[in-house]
Formats: sequence, C-alpha cells, structure tokens
Amino acid sequence: MATQDTIVVPTPDAVRRAEAGKGYWTRVRERLLADRVTLAVMILLACIVLMAVAAPLFATHDPLASSVLARLKSPGYNGHWLGTDEVGRDLYSRILYGGRLSLLCGVAPVAFALLIGGSLGLLAGYSGGMINSLIMRSMDILYAFPSILLAIAICGMLGSGLGNTILALTITFIPPIVRISETVTTQVRSAEFVEAARASGARPASIIRFHILNNVLGPILVYATSLISISIILAAGLSFLGLGVTPPDAEWGLMLNNLRQAIWVNPLVAALPGAMIFITSMCFNLTSDGLRTAMDVRI
Amino acid sequence: MWFFIVRRVLYAVPILLGVSMVVFVLMKMVPGDAADIMIPPEAPKEVADMIRARFGLDQPAHIQYLRWLQAMASGDLGTSIFTNQPVAEELFGALANTMKIALPAVFLGFSLGVLLGALAAYYNGSWLDKLFSGVAIAGVSLPHYWVGMVLVAIFAVSLNILPGQGMGPEGFPTTWEHIQHLILPVVTLSLIPMGVISRLVRANVLEIRSMEFVSALQAKGLRGPRVLLHIMKNAAPSALALMGLQFGYLLGGSILVETVFNWPGSGSLLNLAIFRRDIPVLSATILVLATIFVVINILVDVLQALIDPRIRR
Repeated sequence: MATQDTIVVPTPDAVRRAEAGKGYWTRVRERLLADRVTLAVMILLACIVLMAVAAPLFATHDPLASSVLARLKSPGYNGHWLGTDEVGRDLYSRILYGGRLSLLCGVAPVAFALLIGGSLGLLAGYSGGMINSLIMRSMDILYAFPSILLAIAICGMLGSGLGNTILALTITFIPPIVRISETVTTQVRSAEFVEAARASGARPASIIRFHILNNVLGPILVYATSLISISIILAAGLSFLGLGVTPPDAEWGLMLNNLRQAIWVNPLVAALPGAMIFITSMCFNLTSDGLRTAMDVRI
Repeated sequence: MWFFIVRRVLYAVPILLGVSMVVFVLMKMVPGDAADIMIPPEAPKEVADMIRARFGLDQPAHIQYLRWLQAMASGDLGTSIFTNQPVAEELFGALANTMKIALPAVFLGFSLGVLLGALAAYYNGSWLDKLFSGVAIAGVSLPHYWVGMVLVAIFAVSLNILPGQGMGPEGFPTTWEHIQHLILPVVTLSLIPMGVISRLVRANVLEIRSMEFVSALQAKGLRGPRVLLHIMKNAAPSALALMGLQFGYLLGGSILVETVFNWPGSGSLLNLAIFRRDIPVLSATILVLATIFVVINILVDVLQALIDPRIRR
C-alpha cells in the first residue's frame, strides 16, 4: 500500500501508519524478520526449493539408475545416504529430483487458480449484481464437490499425467480463491477511501489497481500459501493412487506408492518420501500462519 | 425457521442440477465412449452401431444428458460395464463400509479438536498452547495416506498387535476382532478433522474471549471454567458447521486411506472404477458422493440455525 496518495479521509490505520512513518509492507517485513519461527521455516523452505531446483548439483547418483543387487538398503549403504528404493535406485537423489515435480504440482495449480480465481472474484465483487450472481452461483456448484473428489473425478475421467494433475487441482482451487477475493473486494468497494477516490474522478481501472488490489492481495497471498500445502498433499495423493505423475519420473507421492509394499521389509526407507511431503507441507502452513500474523493490522 | 429450511432445500435443486451437468460433461470428456470399451475392435460396424443405439449413445448430447439425469433421479444408477451388476447395489454396500470408518473418525476428530482448541485458547501463550497448536498444524499438514502407512509399519509390522489390512468379517462391528480392524483407519482419518477443527476453535475462543459479554460474566463473579462454557456455546455453531464439512470431505477423501488399508469402501470402488474405465460406476459414485455432500451441507446449515437464531435472518 505504498502508493495510496489519493486517500482523502484518513482512516485510523492510516493515522497510525503515518505516525510510525513507515509503509504497511515495510512494517510487515519488519514483523516477519522479528518472528524467529517463521523466519527459520522460510529459510528451510528456501533450502528445500533450492535443492529441488538445482537437483543435478546436489544429487550423488543418477535418479533412474537401478541395481538389482542393492534393493531396499538402509541409509548409509555403500554411499547411498538415504538408502535405496525397491529397484535399487538412490533414494536421496530421487527425493531431490522428486521435489521438482512435487513442488511444481504444489505451486503451479495455486498460481493458476490465483490468476483465474482472483480475477473472477475481483470482477464479481467490483461489478456486483447479475455478474456477481452468475460467477458466485457457478462457484457454488464446484463447491458441492468435496475438494479431493473433484480432483479425482477430473483425473480419473481425463487420465493420469502431469498436465491433467495440474489442471484438476487448478479447477479444485478456483472456487475458494474466488470466494475470498469476492468477499474482500465487496468490503473494500464500499469503504470510504474508495468512495473518495471515485468522487475525485478516478477510473475503475485505477481504483482496482491502487485500492482494491492492494487490499485483496494480502489475505489472498496468506490463503494461497496454505493452499500450496494442501496442493502438495493432494498432488502427491493423486500420484499415490496412480492418477498423477507417471513412472519412471520421480515424484514423492509416486515414490511412496512404489514403496508401499516395502513397508514390510524396510519401513524407514519406505516412509522417507512421505516425510518430505509432510515437512514441505508443514513449512508452507507455518509460513502462511506467520504471514497472517505479520499482516494483521489489528495487533 | 421453516421458511429458512424450505429456502435452503430449494436452493439445493439448481446446485444439484449443476453438479449433474459437471459430472456428465466430465463423463463425455473421457476419450472414447462406453461402447468403445465394450465393443471389441474387430466387431463389424453394424454391431457397434447396434450397441450404441441400445445405450442411446447415438443421440445428441442434451438428449443423452436428460435421459441419464432421469435415470439417476429415479434411483437407477446404471449397470457396471465390467461386472454387469447394478451400480446401486455395489455403491451402497461400499458406502456403508466407508461410513464405518468415516463416522467414528469425524467424531473422534471433532472431540479431540474441540478439546485441544479450547485448552490451547484457555492457556493462550503457555507451553500447552504451543504444544496443542503444533499438534493441530501437524494434523493439517500430514499426508494422511502416509500416516496410514507409518501406523501399519508400527502397529501391524513391528509390534504386530493390530491388523493393518482389510475390514475383517462382514456386518456391523460388535466383537473385538471386528473393532480392531477399525482402529488404524479411524485414527488415520481423524487427523485432518482434528487439526482443522482445533485451529478453528482456538481462533474462535480467543476472539469471543475478548468480547464485552465475557467481561460482564467475569464481573458477575463467574470463574474460569464456567466462563469457558459460555464461550464454547458461542463457538459451537461454526465448529459444528466445520464438522459437517469435514465429514463430507472424509467421504470423498477416504479413497486414499481406503487404498492404504485395503478397505472395501466407496473410495476403493472409485479407484477400481477408474482403473477399469468403468464409466457408469465412476459417474454414479461421484454423483452420489457429491449429492451426499450437498445434503450434509443443508443439514449443517439447519443445525446451525437451530443453535444460533441470528443465522436464520
């Protein structure tokens, strides 16, 4: 909200901000930096993302090279830091490479849903009336499916694969994002500073750009961060069912599926890909909580 | 109140119509139609056309939709193209099995969630709050299919004290042999509702606690636990609403847990239908699950309005 120089009526919040002499986002950043837990979690998350993106640099083995002799070995066996999977592939390297697809399936659907759902919500909230009813009632229909059922239905009908997984999850996440951005937009639209901007002759495009978007962005980003955590679990779940990423590509859910029978032989190795899903998803949830606290102007 | 209920039920009609359209469109987006799966590729064209005509697949899409909708609405859920059995029979048997784990799971998750959330808010800021909040956030971050695998590894493989696969004997669970099959799947399924509900209850209790009526109660001389009771009464409607929603999610989402435990419920049926490309079973299952979810939502709204008159508007 650094560019709100069109504000005519100073809200209590604006007064407080002026007294502090700092912009809203500056204060959010300062509060985030002071929150040690969130900071630690964000650093951990950055490490996971970095290791997945730069997997070829960190990997010790070829993620697809199998060995009949070294199947389901425990961590530390013959240079395999985390052991080997059911066909003797290096688990550490596969977890790194698997992170690429798992993170992609976590972030991409949320990003697409954010673009589509965010715009639909803005449109519905800003225009109101018929357009609002049309958009929100269609969302109610998608809401009538429990989220994972919708994703499974789409993947089950259209077939497995990376593209269909991302498509299915995008459609699943659009309704909640539309609902949030519509609610916030409707609230902000009737706020005094928007009235003032309209009275002083601002065009709808610039009102949306400067006032509404700035207010909608915060809550939606917080929500989207927690959606990424759900998206990672669901995407891995789809692969776990055999509906997502197809073998031999490494993906955490698929690895977990392949190792399902190995739980009777080497439980520790079989549990590792799931632990990565859990840690990554927890990081996104904690980050979302930290962001929410930092952005909460009431505190 | 009656007006509220009638309006709420009437609103479900267009929603259900929309749901049926979404399922039908998905069904039509399947590469190839049901006839392609049944007809061997070497069959002459006349035979293929005959089968298509028999199933009405030669009709235009909107006629097919109306016929399909009419059949579904009259309770005829079609015939499996794989087993040739009526879908309804298979589906309702499987749904009953899913209920066996989903109902206890949602009650367990709800009770634990309310307890943890209320205690965390009551001792806000203490180590207990941090512990319970941590448990709650872990509950919403855990891939429950993985938890199922880990529980099987611990209790079925290492300790060998609980069965890790299957449902045991048919029928209503009464004997210990029967109940012990339920324990691991129920605990696994209850994690998500537990986490979600305790996070909501904690936030709600904290918010309600700062309201004026609470100070009034305290000024009147009420002690901690009695005040908490008043607060919980106000936090109950939204927690109940969430419980209903979570129950719906469990019915749909149990597919993953059922796969892990080889539980013969609706999720396993769905899974099987997907891999057999059994479109009638697949579409009917999705439609029925979504319908149940809509009905649960109505019940939740009515229940909420019963508890809290402000919602009736």
